[in-house]
Amino acid sequence: MKSDKVLIKVNGLEKHFEGTIKALNGVDCEIHEGEVVVVIGPSGSGKSTFLRCLNLLERPTGGSVLFDGVDITDKTVDIDLHRRKMGMVFQHFNLFPNMTILKNMTLAPVKLLKKSQDEANQRAMELLDRVGLSDRANAYPNQLSGGQKQRIAIVRALAMDPEVMLFDEPTSALDPEMVGEVLDVMKRLAANGMTMVVVTHEMGFAREVGDRVIFMDEGRIIEEGTPEEIFSAPKSERLKSFLNKVL
Amino acid sequence: MSFWENFKAAFRLCFIDDNRWEFILKGLGNTIIITLSALVIGIAIGIVVAIVRSTHDNIINEMAPGAGRFFLKAGNFLCNLYLTVIRGTPVVVQLLIMYFVILLFVRDGIVVAAITFGINSGAYVAEIVRGGIMSIDKGQFEAGRSLGFSYVSTMRYIIIPQTFKAVLPSLANEFIALLKETSVAGYVGIVDLTKAGDIIRGRTFQAFMPLIAVALVYLVLVIFFSKLVSALEKKLRAGDKKSGGSVK
Repeated sequence: MKSDKVLIKVNGLEKHFEGTIKALNGVDCEIHEGEVVVVIGPSGSGKSTFLRCLNLLERPTGGSVLFDGVDITDKTVDIDLHRRKMGMVFQHFNLFPNMTILKNMTLAPVKLLKKSQDEANQRAMELLDRVGLSDRANAYPNQLSGGQKQRIAIVRALAMDPEVMLFDEPTSALDPEMVGEVLDVMKRLAANGMTMVVVTHEMGFAREVGDRVIFMDEGRIIEEGTPEEIFSAPKSERLKSFLNKVL
Repeated sequence: MSFWENFKAAFRLCFIDDNRWEFILKGLGNTIIITLSALVIGIAIGIVVAIVRSTHDNIINEMAPGAGRFFLKAGNFLCNLYLTVIRGTPVVVQLLIMYFVILLFVRDGIVVAAITFGINSGAYVAEIVRGGIMSIDKGQFEAGRSLGFSYVSTMRYIIIPQTFKAVLPSLANEFIALLKETSVAGYVGIVDLTKAGDIIRGRTFQAFMPLIAVALVYLVLVIFFSKLVSALEKKLRAGDKKSGGSVK
C-alpha cells in the first residue's frame, strides 16, 4: 500500500505547555501515502500531543509540519483548508449531540465542500452502509452505544474524503466488547489504502495492521520500525520494559 | 357602605369612568413593545459580544500578527468597556442620558427606551451566552475545527446552537428582569404599564386599586412567560430523552 510520496513530514517538533512541561521534545518523522503508522508509548509520553500537532489542534512551539509539502505551522497558511483533508477521530467521539447521525455526517460536506444536501446524504448513506449503521441515520448520538458512536465518528471524518486519518486513542473510552467493532472498521480502512496515524494501546492492532510502529517516551521517538522489529526484537531498554508491562 | 360596595365604587372610578382602563391597556402595549424590542436588540448584541470575548480568550495567542489580530484586540477592549460601563451604572441613569443627552434627535420615547434597554440587556445576555459557550465540551469545538470549520463557522454551526439550549433558563430570567426593569420608562415621559397606573392614581386619588392592578398585570405576564419558556425547554430537551436510558 505504501507509496514513496511523503504526505506528512515532521521536523524537530516541540511543544511546551506553560513553558515548563515539555510534551514534545524534537520529533522528526515522515508519513508516506497509504501507510498505517501506529504510535505507542506510556501515558504522558507525548503521543497524543504529537498526533494533535499534525492537524494543529495543538499548536507546536517549535519545529514544523509539512502536509502535502506545505508548512502548515506557518501562521499565514489557512489551516482550515488543510484540516478538511485530515480526518480526525477522538477518544470521546465528539459527535454533535443536537444533530442526527445524518446531520453529523453531512454538515461539513454541505457547508465546506458546497455539496448539495442530497449529494451529501447519499454519500453519508453509502458510508453508513459500509459500517453497518444505515438504519441509524436518523437517530441522535445519545441513542447509540459507544462502539456505534465511534464508528459514526469515523465515517463522519470520511465524509470529507480526507487524505489522511488521525486516530487519537479511538478505543480507549469503549467497553471491552465494543473495541472489536471499531478496530474492524479501521482495519478495513487500512486495507483500502487509507493513510492512517493511530495512537493506541491496542498492541494487537499495531502488530496486525501497522506498516510501521513508533514508540514514544518523554516527548521523543525512542524507536521505530516494522511491527516485527518493535514487538519481536526491541532494542532499547525502555521499549522492552514498556512491552513487558503491556503484553 | 360595605367593603364590597367600596371596592366596586373604587373599581368603577379607577377603570370604568372616563374609560381609564385605556391607560392600562396602552401602558401594557408599550411595556410589551419596549421589552420585546429590547430583547431582540439585547440578544443580538449579547451574542456578538460573547463571541468576540470568548474568541479573544481562545485564539488570540495563535493568531498571526496583522489586521485580524489588531481588530480582535480592539474589539475585545471595546466589549470590556461596554460591559463595565453598562453593568456599572443604573439603567434609569442610562435612560435619562440617552433621552436627554445622546439621542436628542430621536423624540419618540419608546424608540429611545427600546434602544436603551436593549443595550443594557445586551451586557447581561453577553455574560450569559459567554458562560454557555464555555460550558460546551471542548471536544465539540475540536471536532468542528478538525473537520475544517473556521473558528467562526464552528461557533455558528456547532457551538451556538448547543449554547442556546444551555442558556435558555438564564435568558428567560433576563427577559423577566427586563420586563420589570422597563417600569422606569415613565422617567422619559412614556406611558408604560407602571406610568399608566400612576396616572390613574393621580387623577382619582385612589392608590390601592390602580397600583395593585398594575402589579397583578406584571405578575400574570411573568407567570405566562415562565410557562412558555419551560414548555420550550421541554421541547428542546426532547432530543436528550430519546435515549431512554437503555444504551450508553
